[in-house]
Amino acid sequence: MKHKKQLLETVIHGVFLILGLITVGCVLLITIYLVVAGLPAIGKIGLFDFLLGDTWASTETVPSFGILPFILTSVTGTAGAILLGVPVGFLTAVYLAKLAPPAIRQAGAFAVSLLAGIPSVVYGLVGMMVLVPAIRTLFHVPDGASLLAAIIVLAIMILPSIISVSITALEAVPKEYEDASLALGATPVETYFRVSVPAAKSGIAAAVVLGVGRAIGEAMAVMMVSGNAPNLPSLFQSVRFLTTAVASELSYSSGLQQQALFSIALVLFLFIMLINATLNFFLKGSQEG
Amino acid sequence: MSDIITVKDLCLWYGSAQALHNICMDIPDRSITALIGPSGCGKSTFLKTLNRMNDLIPGVKIKGQVCYQGQDIFAPSVDVNLLRKDVGMVFQKPNPFPMSIYDNIAYGPRTHGITSRIQLDEIVESSLRDAAIWDEVKDRLKKNALGLSGGQQQRLCIARALAVKPKVLLMDEPTSALDPISTSKIEELASALKENYTIIMVTHNMQQAVRISDQTAFFLLGELVEYGNSEQLFSQPKNQRTEDYITGRFG
Repeated sequence: MKHKKQLLETVIHGVFLILGLITVGCVLLITIYLVVAGLPAIGKIGLFDFLLGDTWASTETVPSFGILPFILTSVTGTAGAILLGVPVGFLTAVYLAKLAPPAIRQAGAFAVSLLAGIPSVVYGLVGMMVLVPAIRTLFHVPDGASLLAAIIVLAIMILPSIISVSITALEAVPKEYEDASLALGATPVETYFRVSVPAAKSGIAAAVVLGVGRAIGEAMAVMMVSGNAPNLPSLFQSVRFLTTAVASELSYSSGLQQQALFSIALVLFLFIMLINATLNFFLKGSQEG
Repeated sequence: MSDIITVKDLCLWYGSAQALHNICMDIPDRSITALIGPSGCGKSTFLKTLNRMNDLIPGVKIKGQVCYQGQDIFAPSVDVNLLRKDVGMVFQKPNPFPMSIYDNIAYGPRTHGITSRIQLDEIVESSLRDAAIWDEVKDRLKKNALGLSGGQQQRLCIARALAVKPKVLLMDEPTSALDPISTSKIEELASALKENYTIIMVTHNMQQAVRISDQTAFFLLGELVEYGNSEQLFSQPKNQRTEDYITGRFG
């Protein structure tokens, strides 16, 4: 009887171990694949020319594979989305977590989770049909499909992660801190901004980093609204992101062009790794208080 | 001795449950008042009514009158933030903010508009001195307050409350989470503070009430059963229920 139980215990442990290893295995596999597939092209093009070359002309007779426009577009696009999305998301989170009456809080939380569930192609579609024409008429530019359109779409897309992670962080602030502040004669709003927010700052920082990760990794929606020309980033011009560079050419690419697309994916992957490391750093900080 | 707080026919409901029944109580200035009674008898609720911290709980309904320095604290013209500045509070569990010792003390004064560094330095030092913790922390004012021991944290919280220059200090079982040595320090501190402040303290520790309080109020099931001079209340209680409680027959 005892042996049987022990055997079962060992078997279950083994099953869990294998299931856990599947995740780790997938990550390892993707990493190795990207490195193996991405390095050769970088070797052929030259690291310097690849990363800092400002012309991408992959289908010319004398092709040129500079991805600086993509890198800069991804960075500015993400930065722009953060610049727009973080203040809105953060203040929404403070409102929903602390100030809103219960009914509004519930409706808000529902809306946020719905926003998170909308597929990115829908964001892209609405952006294409509404935002792009609006930018064209508002700013009198020949084509509204631009970096600005992508920034706005990304800013909206990162809202749910920023809001929900910030709300979690704010709700985890011990009520005792807020009571102490109120008992000193501080108003509720003073209390939230001077006590609750600082106490939740590492969680809120994690929310921002998570937003960065979502923005830099998004492909479908930005491809539909950004025009997709490999220009250096400029607010009202058609631009191409790291993600969209891979997505838009992969289906018809071959040879060095295809290899270069893998190299772009590798660069994107390194960005994401960096962001994840930052996220872990902040999360650790929030655990230690 | 004049009364700083007068309570008339105070009733309080949480939803439909009545937690306080017609409390009448006058609290003399610069004295220590102990509130005793079994758990759930309403003494903490009563305490939190005095600086309107009960306002924060949804579904609370209050009837009756609480006057602070002759002014009804529930009058619409009363600024609740100024009331709480005057009637400070120390909580059961030490709750310093997760910031430096200095910033903890400076928080209140800054909230009320003091920005001058020199003035803040002065307030921080005098508050910490008044709370008898200056010597222990003067070399680490910039360190996080959460690194202090429980007893030190509680004295820090008292210093933080003193920093906004209150007249009344409400203490909700301030020593129940502390060891005996820290407890005796807080008690000494309370006795010293009554020179300048009115202290109202909820306590489960009857020896503590005897040791430091001038008058004691015994609460039972939301009613004020007996209120009077502490020595008298503990040696010759007028009410049978008070006697039963203080001699340990129930509660």
